Amino acid sequence: MSSRPLFPAHAEGPRPARLNLGRLALYLCLIAAAAAFLFPLWVMVTTSLKDMEAVRSGSIFGWPAQPSLEAWKSAWTSACTGLTCEGLRGGFVNSLLILVPSVALPVALGAVTGYALSFWRPRGGKLLFGGLLIGLFIPYQVFIYPLVRILSSVGLYGNIGGIVAVHTIFAMPIMLLLFRNYYASLPMDLFKAARIDGGGFWTIFRRVVLPMSAPIIVVAVILQVTGVWNDFLFGLIFAGSDNLPMTVQLNNIVNSARGAQEYNVQMAATILTALVPLIVYFFSGRWFVRGIAAGAVKG
Amino acid sequence: MSQVAIKNLDITFGSNRVIQNLDLQIEPGEFLVLLGASGCGKSTLLNAVAGLTDVAGGQIWIGENNVTWAEPKDRGIGMVFQSYALYPRMTVEQNMSFGLEMARHPKAEIRERVARAASMLQLKPLMQRRPAELSGGQRQRVAIGRALVRDADVYLFDEPLSNLDAKLRTELRVELKKLHAELGATMIYVTHDQVEALTLANRIAVMQGGVIQQLASPDEIYRRPVNRFVAGFVGSPGMNFIEGELQLRDGKVDLKTARGNLDVTRYPFAERPEDGRKVTLGLRPEHLQPEPEEGWCPASLTVSVYESMGADALLCGELSGATVSVKLPSDWSPIPPAGARVTMWYDASKVSIFDAVTESRL
Repeated sequence: MSSRPLFPAHAEGPRPARLNLGRLALYLCLIAAAAAFLFPLWVMVTTSLKDMEAVRSGSIFGWPAQPSLEAWKSAWTSACTGLTCEGLRGGFVNSLLILVPSVALPVALGAVTGYALSFWRPRGGKLLFGGLLIGLFIPYQVFIYPLVRILSSVGLYGNIGGIVAVHTIFAMPIMLLLFRNYYASLPMDLFKAARIDGGGFWTIFRRVVLPMSAPIIVVAVILQVTGVWNDFLFGLIFAGSDNLPMTVQLNNIVNSARGAQEYNVQMAATILTALVPLIVYFFSGRWFVRGIAAGAVKG
Repeated sequence: MSQVAIKNLDITFGSNRVIQNLDLQIEPGEFLVLLGASGCGKSTLLNAVAGLTDVAGGQIWIGENNVTWAEPKDRGIGMVFQSYALYPRMTVEQNMSFGLEMARHPKAEIRERVARAASMLQLKPLMQRRPAELSGGQRQRVAIGRALVRDADVYLFDEPLSNLDAKLRTELRVELKKLHAELGATMIYVTHDQVEALTLANRIAVMQGGVIQQLASPDEIYRRPVNRFVAGFVGSPGMNFIEGELQLRDGKVDLKTARGNLDVTRYPFAERPEDGRKVTLGLRPEHLQPEPEEGWCPASLTVSVYESMGADALLCGELSGATVSVKLPSDWSPIPPAGARVTMWYDASKVSIFDAVTESRL
């Protein structure tokens, strides 16, 4: 067998560039979609930087002639959120006070429960897991009235403890799902080795399982931070009038029926409120996508 | 070293009976291999000895203790897993000292015992590394070291070499054998690799369907398998099986097949052969040879393929209606062309004959 000479000169060089009609259409679609989502944000930012005069007279798309942070200051310190006019400051602090325990508690509980269900496999564990999963599919609104009665009977209605309890209860199914599925993907042999080495329930959790849980803890924290921060309904009902979260106060600013509508203040207040989840999404996009891929579609 | 005794063991997963009424006695210092295909219950049995699987009935004794319901850590065992199961966030040293720390041994003693195991397994330069920074062979050595520091009476191995490449597997196999000689501890070793079983074991328990089919020395298992399953499972390339029926004529015993008779008069029958009994003849590839010796019997082979395997060669073909392989020295010549008929010789006293229905050795 004799073979033809291969490797002609014209086959050398970099990979040929490819920009055909399909690609072009795809990029156009993506650009259009991005614009559709960025456009409202643009309007919000520009409006918040104008004074009311400019809002009334100019085009809503235009960049303000004299950008000022007056509206932002007003939203933060002096806008009326119901009866008081102290801006969103108080709501921000309330939201933080609700947020920290409402994230720490469900994540910790979810991790321990998921660990117990995946590795120790107690009798009835599957039933518990199944029951909690059903909880994922029942609309929250169904629970509200009974929960109000239950919490008020144990003195947890209308305070931080109550709202934290509510957030914890409703986060358990998704937290358990996340952690159980993650731990189910870890090798069982690791747990067996730790048992032979003499580790008990808490030792194995603390020394072996927890150090491997960083990725799923990050996902769980992101989900829970955004979920709790964006919550409006539970905060309104369970937190009590002294502890209203930022979202409820924002609603009061935007929906106030009295006086002139201060669009610039409303825009600034909205951006301020959305800032925390926005920052979380911005710095954790990769992890967040991973969390969604891990079976967490609700959040 | 301790003996391990298992009596009437039952293990069920839900309604599925994985192991039923199993008895097994392992002598102190013995290296016992549980050999079987995946799903045969060998790992389940090992996990039961380790205390990682609950038993439904029966007893397990290690040394003088009934450990049937004891916690894994209280059984005096060390275990090595197929997946190494090293704690990923700990260094090699921390991995090895974890168990001793849990048992609240003094720090100085832990250091001393870890150092001893490390030097035994040449792990000294790796002590500060994490498992992710080790190669497969190193990881498995660390896993063995972690079991060793426990100074256990019984060591359990769950397919420890299956994740390694062929060369490393051979190296570690030799190391394990040396280790067993050095420690003199009782070892139970689960594998599906017959080479590991044949080379390492004092005795092999061949398992299928949760039942020990044969418990014997490697030689005995290889030479005198008790049934067709054991015969087919052990040996590579596998044993050749030829179906037929026994024919008794004038003091001679023949295997009558669809294509001619094979003389098996010299076979040491355990019971008197009956005329017309349906049987399977088992011939190992090395039992068929091109040159006869005293008392050997001829068989005609129609050649299909010749495969050279380095040290020896494999001749495949058809013999008495069955597809067989023959192991030959690689310098054997001339290589017969496909379709050629050659005469092979076998020693009927070394073959195996199984009942066609019960598949037990006759």
